[in-house]
Amino acid sequence: MNRPPLLLAAVLVLVFLALPILLIVVVSFSSAAYLTFPPPALGVRWYRAYFGSSGWLDATWLSLGVGAAVVVLATTLGTLAALGLGRLPRAARTAAGALILSPMIVPGIVVAIGVYYAYARYRLVGTPIGLVLAHTCLAVPFVVTSVAASLGNFDRRLEQAARSLGATPWGAFRQVTLPLIRSGVLVGALFAFITSFDELIVALFLSGSGAVTLPRRMWDDLRFAIDPTIAAVSTLTIALTAVLLGGAHLLRMRAARAPRG
Amino acid sequence: MLLVGPLVLYMAVFYALPVLAMLARSILDPHLTLQNFLRLAGDGVFFRVFGNTLLTAVIVTLGALLLGYPVALALSRMRGTAAAVTLVIVLLPFWTSVLVRSYAWMVLLGRHGLINEALRAAALIDAPLRMLNTAFAVYVAMIHILLPYMILPIASVLRQVDPALPRAAAGLGASPWGTFRQVVLPLSMPGVIAGTLLVFVLSLGFYITPALVGGPRDMMLSQLIAQQVDLLNWPYAACLSATLLAATLVLLLLCQSLPGVRGALRLSVR
Repeated sequence: MNRPPLLLAAVLVLVFLALPILLIVVVSFSSAAYLTFPPPALGVRWYRAYFGSSGWLDATWLSLGVGAAVVVLATTLGTLAALGLGRLPRAARTAAGALILSPMIVPGIVVAIGVYYAYARYRLVGTPIGLVLAHTCLAVPFVVTSVAASLGNFDRRLEQAARSLGATPWGAFRQVTLPLIRSGVLVGALFAFITSFDELIVALFLSGSGAVTLPRRMWDDLRFAIDPTIAAVSTLTIALTAVLLGGAHLLRMRAARAPRG
Repeated sequence: MLLVGPLVLYMAVFYALPVLAMLARSILDPHLTLQNFLRLAGDGVFFRVFGNTLLTAVIVTLGALLLGYPVALALSRMRGTAAAVTLVIVLLPFWTSVLVRSYAWMVLLGRHGLINEALRAAALIDAPLRMLNTAFAVYVAMIHILLPYMILPIASVLRQVDPALPRAAAGLGASPWGTFRQVVLPLSMPGVIAGTLLVFVLSLGFYITPALVGGPRDMMLSQLIAQQVDLLNWPYAACLSATLLAATLVLLLLCQSLPGVRGALRLSVR
């Protein structure tokens, strides 16, 4: 295949991929009172609108709080499970793995109405706790796959050596295993946070009126008007995601360079 | 056992049992019966929405394959900075929320959106084109959102192709197109199947994008499910959910048994 046509086609598709996101960033710095392109002048009025609105800020704090709680729960449960999966007999490992990874495959709407159906009976709809409980299930697969990947290069004999030298199970884990899989755990934690922070479908059903997350607030606004405040919020979340992913990438690079036992 | 137990218990209580209890409404309402499913067979709305969902998934998958393959091929041949920049352009949208990307397409395709304004400035149209809230908007936005799922598995399979093979074909007199069609394309098939499968399965369950950029006539299965829950019609919503879930699982299991596809699927998840 000729190289120039291939390259041209690839570049055009990459422009198609990047353009909508760049457009949002440009629109967010528009000075116009309504959505128009190109912006007549640049300004930060939509960022001021965002930071001046208690509704938007409350939603942001709730999303950050739910995300933080999900990180703690998902990272703890997921890391333990990733450590234990390798020690299970084959059949049990397949069954547990299927359950743990299934939220990546089961359609979002099915999970959302399922948890809504059950949580409503226990008055968990409209509470941050309900969101944390459900988001953790969606975030856990990312932690388990990330930690399992870093365990792939881990020599189990190191932990056995620590035990035979008199370390307690917890001591061997904390002083030998954890330092070696740390980057996998941290990358999993970052993915868990992003998963919860961006999640909308479950939030549509569980938020009610008492626990409105940032994506839910954006959704509610979008139904009425395409206000440029949403462009400012979107740009902020894109920036946050980019920073977190950059961090995850650096962690992986550092882990790849570190000497292995 | 002690390590995996807490997570398995957690997911059973807060995720698996709730979803199963909801699905059970399809066969337990008002008592053990298949009546609710049988009613689907004579339901015009269900067939219209299910047909539209399948059609949308097919169009989006073909579009993503057509647009994604060149990028995957180019990406697999790049090294160093060019490869890193391309990968960032593919991955940043991948991790930008579906909501934000759907919003971007609302801004682009709207009555006074970027595309209409540009066409009007160029004097190509007099009145704004109606693009938002049409099936076209759903296709374009979904292709944009799902492209990375097509590009990544194909690129990862292509990267493992021995570069000596296409070179040997060219040395034996094959044209560039012939080399591609007879050597590169067949070797990339596991990636193509994995990407096609992923995009198709994910398309089936789309909710946010069709709800925001589609019109009322472009309803997809997920939207019908949400609508029925709002009407508190749980048995019907449960039947639809079971149908959607079964279609997803059957497709995944079917394709996982094809050679090479399993590995390509696993690579793409990381």
